[in-house]
Amino acid sequence: MGAYLKLDHIDKTFTRGSASTNVLKEVTLDIDKGEYVSIIGHSGCGKSTLLNIVAGLTSATTGGVILDGREVNSPGPDRAVVFQNHSLLPWLTVYDNVRLAVDKVFSGTRSRAERHDWTLHNLDLVQMGHAKDKRPSEISGGMKQRVGIARALAMEPKVLLLDEPFGALDALTRAHLQDSVMQIHATLGNTILMITHDVDEAVLLSDRIVMMTNGPSAYVGEVLEVNLTRPRKRLELVTNPTYLKAREAVLKFLHERHRFVEAA
Amino acid sequence: MSMPALKLEKSSPAKMAQAPAAQVVKMPARKRPALAEKIVPLLKTAAANIVPPIVVIALLLGLWQILCSAPGSALPPPSSIIQNSWELIAHPFYDRGGLDKGLFWHILASLQRVAVGYSLAAVAGVGLGVLIGQSTWAMRGLDPLFQVLRTVPPLAWLPLSLAAFRDGQPAAVFVIFITAIWPIIINTAVGIRNIPQDYRNVAAVLRLNPIEFFLKIMIPAAAPYIFTGLRIGIGLSWLAIIAAEMLIGGVGIGFFIWDAWNSSLIGDIIVALFYVGITGFILDRMIAAVGAFVTRGTAAA
Repeated sequence: MGAYLKLDHIDKTFTRGSASTNVLKEVTLDIDKGEYVSIIGHSGCGKSTLLNIVAGLTSATTGGVILDGREVNSPGPDRAVVFQNHSLLPWLTVYDNVRLAVDKVFSGTRSRAERHDWTLHNLDLVQMGHAKDKRPSEISGGMKQRVGIARALAMEPKVLLLDEPFGALDALTRAHLQDSVMQIHATLGNTILMITHDVDEAVLLSDRIVMMTNGPSAYVGEVLEVNLTRPRKRLELVTNPTYLKAREAVLKFLHERHRFVEAA
Repeated sequence: MSMPALKLEKSSPAKMAQAPAAQVVKMPARKRPALAEKIVPLLKTAAANIVPPIVVIALLLGLWQILCSAPGSALPPPSSIIQNSWELIAHPFYDRGGLDKGLFWHILASLQRVAVGYSLAAVAGVGLGVLIGQSTWAMRGLDPLFQVLRTVPPLAWLPLSLAAFRDGQPAAVFVIFITAIWPIIINTAVGIRNIPQDYRNVAAVLRLNPIEFFLKIMIPAAAPYIFTGLRIGIGLSWLAIIAAEMLIGGVGIGFFIWDAWNSSLIGDIIVALFYVGITGFILDRMIAAVGAFVTRGTAAA
């Protein structure tokens, strides 16, 4: 049977006219059910492209994605994405944003009342039930991202794709959301693939950290297992030797062996 | 995280509830100055908004009166307009059959033509705008055509339109249609093209079908642009109908003005112009108000 989510020899080449850029080269990755995997790398290394390929928003040049035994090559609610900039529809209320997804995914299988309850349940899951009638412009950035997570969770996806979900948030809000995501992961046991460029975030949240080399032709440089027991407590980890070791390993990969030289 | 703080604040007034008399006395005492404080600034802002236009209009009327009072001046001063066209000003609703009607009926006839032509233009314009906004092929094919046709002045369409329809009424409606449609098409297309990729990604992940995408993403996302086009369109329609009616005749404010000119009733022309201006202003504000209502919330992402 193999892995639950399998990224199989993914190559991606962007072609514009006669010029072509090889972004990803032979990216292969197996993710088990319920596993939390982070992909980390410098900006421009193609990690967002990789996530878009898994989401089906971009197609791989060669290679493919197999989810739960089936190849996927177009977007769908079984791979819900939490976008970096929340991507809530500004003309809908918080409730309606989630409800749109619920209605679309469960229109044939659940009654109107069930869909209503399910929408509220997911908003409560991210502690946003109190703001259900607000529009996205009326809530803070962290709250928007919570609603984005609720919308993705409400689709009951097989795998949850997080595209630098906390990148645009301040450090304190980010910590709150990371705790929420950890709690949700512990409760629901989702399979999660997260893109990040934050070393602490990767170590804190993930079971495994996939480190990408710099592009062009980025590939999986190293995979680090984070053997920390869950539930993980932010404060206790600060002095935990396993945590510090994992952190050091990622930092060394990013800043010694694969320094980002082009710009910065 | 803010919840415990809120609870603490709530629990403290509960303790103070032991002295209810103090609270009852406080409430009305607070309210009275609040009402007066609300009304005074409201009046002040109203005055600040209303006084300048009144002053300017009064000055302009005075200037007009002085300039046109000289014997033998080409245009009548305001005082003689009110005197000579009083029937027109005072009785907009009279109807003695034929073309001898009050200004209200002329305006209404013009508005009916605009309503038909403009509604058709709105539907066709949004449809075509969505098409060329969404399809690069359609854009490349149609855009050059549109860019040339939209520069044709409205009245230049009238002879062709008369030849095609062989009747003044549909010809005038067609002129409205062809005048209003270009800004609607172009603005809709820009709006559709500017839909953020994020929204398209959301639609893709949700697997919205084309109709759902059109209704739930495209129209709301492009609504601010569409309403800009609709607002420009209604203004142009109103411009074009006056000119078209001067040529096709019949009941309508355009022909009324032309008729007044032929009868040398300059005062009537000026009264009619006021009506035209006010009507155009109301039309513009109506579309703007509908737009503001429909697009509430969309501006801030």
